[in-house]
Amino acid sequence: MSGLENFLFSFFNLKVMATYLPLVAQGLALTVLLALLIVVAGLALGLALAVLRSFGIRPLNWLIIFTVDLFRALPPLVIIVLLFFGLPTLGIGLSGFAATWLSLTLVLMAFSEEIYWAGITAVPKGQWEAARSTGLSFLQTLRMVVLPQALRITIPPLTNRTIAITKGTALGSVVGVAEILGASQSAMSFSANPSALTLGAIAYLVLFIPVVALGRWIETRFAWKR
Amino acid sequence: MPVSADAPRPIVDARGLWKRYGALTVLHGVDLSVAERELVFIIGPSGSGKSTLLRCLNRLEEPDDGSIHVDGIELLSPKTDINAARRRIGMVFQSFNLYPHMTARQNVMLALRKVLGKSRDEADSIAAAALHRVGLGERMDHHPAQLSGGQQQRVAIARAIALEPRVMLFDEPTSALDPELVGGVLNVMRELRESGMTMVVVSHEMAFARAAADRVVFMADGQKLEEGPPAQIFGDPQHERTRAFIRQIDRH
Repeated sequence: MSGLENFLFSFFNLKVMATYLPLVAQGLALTVLLALLIVVAGLALGLALAVLRSFGIRPLNWLIIFTVDLFRALPPLVIIVLLFFGLPTLGIGLSGFAATWLSLTLVLMAFSEEIYWAGITAVPKGQWEAARSTGLSFLQTLRMVVLPQALRITIPPLTNRTIAITKGTALGSVVGVAEILGASQSAMSFSANPSALTLGAIAYLVLFIPVVALGRWIETRFAWKR
Repeated sequence: MPVSADAPRPIVDARGLWKRYGALTVLHGVDLSVAERELVFIIGPSGSGKSTLLRCLNRLEEPDDGSIHVDGIELLSPKTDINAARRRIGMVFQSFNLYPHMTARQNVMLALRKVLGKSRDEADSIAAAALHRVGLGERMDHHPAQLSGGQQQRVAIARAIALEPRVMLFDEPTSALDPELVGGVLNVMRELRESGMTMVVVSHEMAFARAAADRVVFMADGQKLEEGPPAQIFGDPQHERTRAFIRQIDRH
């Protein structure tokens, strides 16, 4: 076999790809489910923490900052492994799927909290004063005046961070989650041919190119009239 | 101003206000009372505490000591619902502070809906009337960024007057405006004054003060040094600091 034939046989072997397409497709479905659960829970928890932080209760804020810094400092894989192998020793068994979901949710919560918080503090103090001077309460002002402005500035960094962290679902393969990478690796072992990995890469593109495009659309959609 | 026995109770009655920031004392026991339909102008050099005094009157600034009655409500009492009290006190800021994500109409409607609990239709017609009153009937559906500074400030005034406050506070309302836009804002303030609105104005617009104010208060170093009708403060100031300030202003 020539070099090119060898390359095509190893990485673009259509027969292997056809055989394992269903397996990798299942992995894609699992990745979509896992990513959706991470995005929903992570972004909601991050927003909740940022809102709590805006109340300015000192000890609570120290706790929030400590938690957030912890999950921003630890590599996601370390958190996944700790939860998956560590928690059972405490009598709490987590499936690989649950451990991956929880870890990446906590990481996204931590990063998104910091982004939301930066957005809230970037809204000028005069906005608070104007709203409060008309009799709006703290929470009404936060919800109707400050957050809509804060969220608009946070959309670009939030989109980037969300995409980066949801791609971390591939780390689930380490703890036996049959998401795209896990499924592709199994297929590669069964077939003794890396073409299945190519299939996995294509699956990631199929999933994430629309997500990146959606992020871009959201950014333009929510820019307000200037 | 001497209040005679049969004079109406002042709408704003602040007594002995103290405000400190660490070692710096910004207000040294200042008194200020404002009668119904009165226009009081507060002037003084920068750092004299005039904006701080104004911001105490709706508790955007928390005084360390003293009492403030507005329309009979003690603002500093812990029992006072400050959000309810602020409905009666309109405020206009130097930097307009319109909500950039809302149109002019929505800016005015927000508190009508959420604070006064008006229906959408009702809030909409009140907002439209307030914006017409400040001369912006044609621009109700523009966002703040599509309006000039003077128009933005007039929207801010509409936002405040739509709530039918008992008193309006103006914190240097024209200081951030290009000179050619000042007149429009002053005209709106003049019209408000003629309609009988009680107003407290911190501003450097001395010509407006001379023409429209009932009383001018001169502040320096956190104290009220002198007050009286504009003719007296500008024509025959009693205090040396006032004389120096007026001379300086007149040179411009």
